[in-house]
This record gives sequence, structure tokens and C-alpha cells, in this order.
Amino acid sequence: MKKNPLLGRDVISMRDFGREEIKTVLARCDEFERNPRPVLKGKVLANLFFEPSTRTRLSFDAAMKRLGGQTIGFADSISTSISKGESLWDTIRVAEGYCDVIVIRHPAEGSARLAAEATSLPVINGGDGSNQHPTQTLLDLYTLQKRTGRIAGLTVAFVGDLKYGRTVHSLIRSLSLFGAKLWLVSPPSLRLPDDFKEDLAEAETSHVEVEDLSAVPADVDVLYVTRIQKERFADPVEYERVRADYQVTPATVQRFGGKLTLMHPLPRVNELHAALDSHPGAAWFDQARNGVVVRQTLLALVLGAA
Amino acid sequence: MGRSGAPKQVRASGDRAPAGNVHAEGAYVGVDEVKKDVKLQVSALRSGTVIDHLGPRTALKALRILGLGDEATVLVGVNLDSKKLGRKDLIKIEGRELTPAEIDKIALLSPQATFSIIRDFEVVKKIRPEIPSVVEGLIRCVNPSCITQDPRVKGRLLTVRKEPLQLRCYYCERSLHEDEIEFL
Repeated sequence: MKKNPLLGRDVISMRDFGREEIKTVLARCDEFERNPRPVLKGKVLANLFFEPSTRTRLSFDAAMKRLGGQTIGFADSISTSISKGESLWDTIRVAEGYCDVIVIRHPAEGSARLAAEATSLPVINGGDGSNQHPTQTLLDLYTLQKRTGRIAGLTVAFVGDLKYGRTVHSLIRSLSLFGAKLWLVSPPSLRLPDDFKEDLAEAETSHVEVEDLSAVPADVDVLYVTRIQKERFADPVEYERVRADYQVTPATVQRFGGKLTLMHPLPRVNELHAALDSHPGAAWFDQARNGVVVRQTLLALVLGAA
Repeated sequence: MGRSGAPKQVRASGDRAPAGNVHAEGAYVGVDEVKKDVKLQVSALRSGTVIDHLGPRTALKALRILGLGDEATVLVGVNLDSKKLGRKDLIKIEGRELTPAEIDKIALLSPQATFSIIRDFEVVKKIRPEIPSVVEGLIRCVNPSCITQDPRVKGRLLTVRKEPLQLRCYYCERSLHEDEIEFL
């Protein structure tokens, strides 16, 4: 019997995953990718998306269908009972009668944890506000492992919005378990919140905060670029200035050498120059593709079918 | 069992005090000592609660948390000398025994606080509360985007560190430091 660290568990936060569990899950993803099987025939996934999402929702949808299962759900809360004032707790209790596993995306932070309390079914967090997005983190780690052959001891520069980006928060925390050296590149207004820095201080990791990508050493293994959102700025002029300063172009990455891995959780606007798509290290479409395998594996693991 | 104080009347510091008055630390002091002593002295309680070893300048916050209102007779000592803490605050509440939930709140505000329940001038119970590992329904998460801002959801915080106090919201994972704590 193979180890299944997720049997009957929820996937809510990377805080719940230790180093060994992450390694086991990634190994199971690799195994599943080599030998995909429709192990969830007859099972139903409820995709409860209380706010818009393209990749995460479609990716879970594709993952469940490739496993032989079916999906139900909604893509926003406007046309549901939530708009009539139904509590999240009640929505989850109702949905559990229709399905075997629940995926939730919700704008309120902590909503996925609450959903998991409301039901005995496994709940997977598809993003709760700017808090956690564990399946994105696992697909990022899986992509890193496939591209670089390891996830331990990497030097990773995160660029852009480190304050509100839940993708960054989850990934930084997980990389810190593997002794990563982190460069945090952002404007002062979008720095990593103190909470996460406190976590880093306790972990076996080092981090340096800078405002300019030129301060990052040329031998960095990974550039993880994030979108800077217009709505985070009160002043549109300031937004335009910051957006221009943090755009990554072929010229910007030239000095990092050929082994660089370039990542982005997507969607991108113009923080990544389109010409970078042909860069050998460009991994964003791989990340999206790997997301299906990772979600297939997670669904199969929480339902005890892998 | 110690005694919270003798059934004698109180004089403010500097007044001529009768023997056997109670020092703010709770120990008996003699007349001569009292004369020399410039520390605040407060009355003995017939019944009620003495909160001792409150952190300096936390007494007024504690009173606000307890919401004692007009009905209670309360004596407050602020910035008293303390062998244990250097400086401390102290509260004596006449005629009111704090509930366990109230004691938990004050313990979160000031982890070193001790509580003596007094009946007929006798200390019948001395409580040195432990900060609980899980705090439910007492403190509001400060994150405006947290799901617990919905009044239908009861807040739950986990104790990360006791000294200085640091909590983490069980739901949104936001850390709360001592100066951010807001009681419900």
C-alpha cells in the first residue's frame, strides 16, 4: 500500500503541509503523470466558485473529467442563494448532499477553512482572498521539480506584488521548508507582509528585500513574476510608474544566463513581455498544464483512489 | 490560603493608617512601615475579586474589557512597585466574582495577572490562568477580509506565543500581536 498523506483530508493551506508530505505529494503527481488512470468514475466534484476564475476552475473541471468523474457547480455567486443572503456554512451543507468532494474559491480569507468545518467531505481550497492557494503552490513546486530537478536549496526571486498575491504567500512559505534563498523584489507599497516575514525568520531560509531587480544576483535559479493590479493603487500615475518599473523583458533577463526558470501564475497583463514566451526558461504554460496533473492527483488522493 | 486584607478601613498613601493595613502587593505591613511607605494603599475587600500583577498601564484597558459599568465599586492601582514585575497595575472589584470567560480575557491582556476571589475577607480561590492554546469567541480578528467578520461566524484564534502574546486567526491565518488585540 502506497503512502497517502491526504486520505480523507482537506487541502486548505500550505501551513498544513510539512516538508515530507510535500515531497510525497509531488512524487505521487509524477507517478500519476506517467500512469494516468480514470480512478474517480461515478464520483462528483462540486466546483463552488464565489468569484471569477479561469484557470483554477477549468483546471479542476478538466482534472475531474480526466479521472472519469463529473463536475457540478457555479462560476460566481450572483446567480446563487448566496446573493439572497445564505451563509457559506449552509451553502456547503447543501452542496455536500450533491457531491463527493468540494473545491471552493471565495473572496473572504479563511472561507475554505470554514467550509471544511461545515462538511465531512474533503474540501480543496481554490483560493481564499489573498490568503492561500495551495493547489497553485503544489503545481508551482511540481513545475520547479520537473524543470530544475529539485526544489531544495533553490535561489528564487519573487517580483511584483508580494503584498496581496496569495500565490506568492503560499509558495514562499513552502520554499522556506526546503532551505530556499529568497529575493523579494517589489515597490515599498507592495512588500511581503510582516506576518510572512516572521514565518521566514523561523524557517531555514534567508531572504533579502530589494526594490530593483538589478540588485538580484545573476546566478538566481528562478524568477517568479506576479501581476501588479491597478486596483491596489489610489493614484493611477503611481500605478503606471510602478508597472513600467517592474516589467520583465528579454533585455532584463539576459544577464541571468540560460539556466534561468521564468514563472508566472497567470493571468499576465504586461509585466511579462510577450517575446519571453520563446525563452527556454519560460514555464507559465507548463505551470497551467501541470495544474491539471497536480489537481488530478490531489482529487484522487483525498478520495482514497490513488 | 492567604488573606486579601484585614477588615480595616483604608487610608490613602500619606494618611495616618492603622496597623494591619494591606499593602498593594497584598502583604500585611506594620504601622511604622506604613508611615515610611509612600506606595499606594488600597482597601481590603469583603467580597469580590482582586486582580494583581497586571502589566503596567493595563488596568484601565482591563476595566473597559470587563465593562463593569456603574454598579461595581472598583479600586484601581496604576504603576505600583512590584518585586516580581518592577511595575504593575492592580484592580479590586467589590461584590463581584469574575467569570472564567472574564478571567481568560484579562489573562490574554496581561498574561502574568493573578486573580483572587474573596469571600468574607478570605481568599477562597487564587487563580493563575494559563493562556489557552485556542481562544474562541473572545477576540475579533483584525483582518477586514476575514470570514469571521461575518457575524454568523464565531472567531477562533490559536496561541502562537505567550510572551509577548501572539495569536493567529484559525481561519484567515493573520497574526495578531498584543497591541492589535480587540476583545468582543
